[in-house]
Amino acid sequence: MPTDVIQVEIQRGTEKDSHVESFEVPAYENQTVLDLVSWVQQNTDPTLSYRFACRVGMCGSCGMMVNGVPRWTCRTHISKVLVNNTVLISPLRNLPIIKDLVVDMDPFFDKWVAAEGVHHGELTRHDPIASIDETSQARKEANAGIECINCSVCYSACDTVKGNDDYLGPAALQRAWTLLNDAKDEGREVILDAVSGRGGCHNCHSMGSCTSYCPNELDPMSAIAGLKRETTKRFFKRSH
Amino acid sequence: MIGIRLYMAQRITALLMAPLVLGHLALMIYAVQDGLSAEEILSRTQGSVVWFLFYGTFVVAVSIHAAIGIRTVLHEWLGLKGLWLITATLVIGLLLFLLGARAVWAVTFS
Amino acid sequence: MKSFNQARNRAHPLWLAYILHRVSGLALAVFLPLHFWVLAMAMTNPDKLNGFLSLTDSVLVKIAEFVLVFLLAVHMFGGLRLMAMEWLPWSSSQKTLAAASAAVSFLIAVLFFLQAL
Repeated sequence: MPTDVIQVEIQRGTEKDSHVESFEVPAYENQTVLDLVSWVQQNTDPTLSYRFACRVGMCGSCGMMVNGVPRWTCRTHISKVLVNNTVLISPLRNLPIIKDLVVDMDPFFDKWVAAEGVHHGELTRHDPIASIDETSQARKEANAGIECINCSVCYSACDTVKGNDDYLGPAALQRAWTLLNDAKDEGREVILDAVSGRGGCHNCHSMGSCTSYCPNELDPMSAIAGLKRETTKRFFKRSH
Repeated sequence: MIGIRLYMAQRITALLMAPLVLGHLALMIYAVQDGLSAEEILSRTQGSVVWFLFYGTFVVAVSIHAAIGIRTVLHEWLGLKGLWLITATLVIGLLLFLLGARAVWAVTFS
Repeated sequence: MKSFNQARNRAHPLWLAYILHRVSGLALAVFLPLHFWVLAMAMTNPDKLNGFLSLTDSVLVKIAEFVLVFLLAVHMFGGLRLMAMEWLPWSSSQKTLAAASAAVSFLIAVLFFLQAL
């Protein structure tokens, strides 16, 4: 039997009508933030809505705000975030709330596509497969960003996203940067156009919250800096 | 909100101003040593083409730079957009330029 | 208060550099029209300008000047840091650079303050 309880405060309700409810959850030796939420849903209030799938940091669906910081809850140990034996869990920032801890991820993925975060192929099945030089600088740049799990933690961490509806955000721009550096992708001009528009990489203020909070320790801020560099080079090439 | 053109305009004016700011800081440190007076300022700047160009460039650059910067803040923090945002940017830039140009003229060739 | 605490939880060194850059820029933009207005008095009303300039002898105005010089220095070095970060392919040294730029600008401001006293 657990000897102790944790005070868990959870933001409930919808975008327009939200409030915070408190729950007492038994404390265990090994417990993640997601475990707490699941315990509440299974034992206290079955109407609590939240998302998760893999529970091992692969799927990117359990992102939530924990004491105001965006985190992957399945890999966040509760002992790291407890303050006075209390934790506040709320839905991811910068995305519309559907209910309780569930947000609408559509804007996040729409911007992923708007940043041309899609494959641009020129070859057919009859062409030989493009060879990849793992030691090239471009490949290193691409490799640095491909482990993104689309959890939207960086998108929720970013204050520029908060104030600027058009801004494509760190994840989408980082994907654009990996594709720009991918020998198998032929979309260079389309990508540079997409990230030069009104919501593009130039809106970034390099506050670095994306890089600070990425659970996979990726560095979207530097990827966006890469896009600024390439678009700047192209700007000067075009103007003379 | 900001495309590559406004971005480049803000960065180019920033680079242009970096040496001007250093010059301005150095001049300030030098000038305040014996106290400031209108005569002291004017004796240095009156009729000087060099100071006119130095501060003239400064004023043009800062008007563009600050207008774009404030535009970003107005959008991100106050939610201004569309025609309001464009108008605000232009008014701020123009105001800074006119006031600045008047000041430069006052201490050089008036 | 609660949302302020949550925002504070998100703060980190680079975020502070960002907010310092923004606030210093805004403050300078507010100061500039005033600065221009006073300088233009050299043409319109030299006596009044001298009145303003003699104010610079008071300690309060000296402190205000110090703050302005600090803001200008911090905004310039912060901006140079930003452009270095964007255009030069650096990454891990960003925080060191942010700290260094703040230190240098503070140094310049202190130098100015000492000279002025």
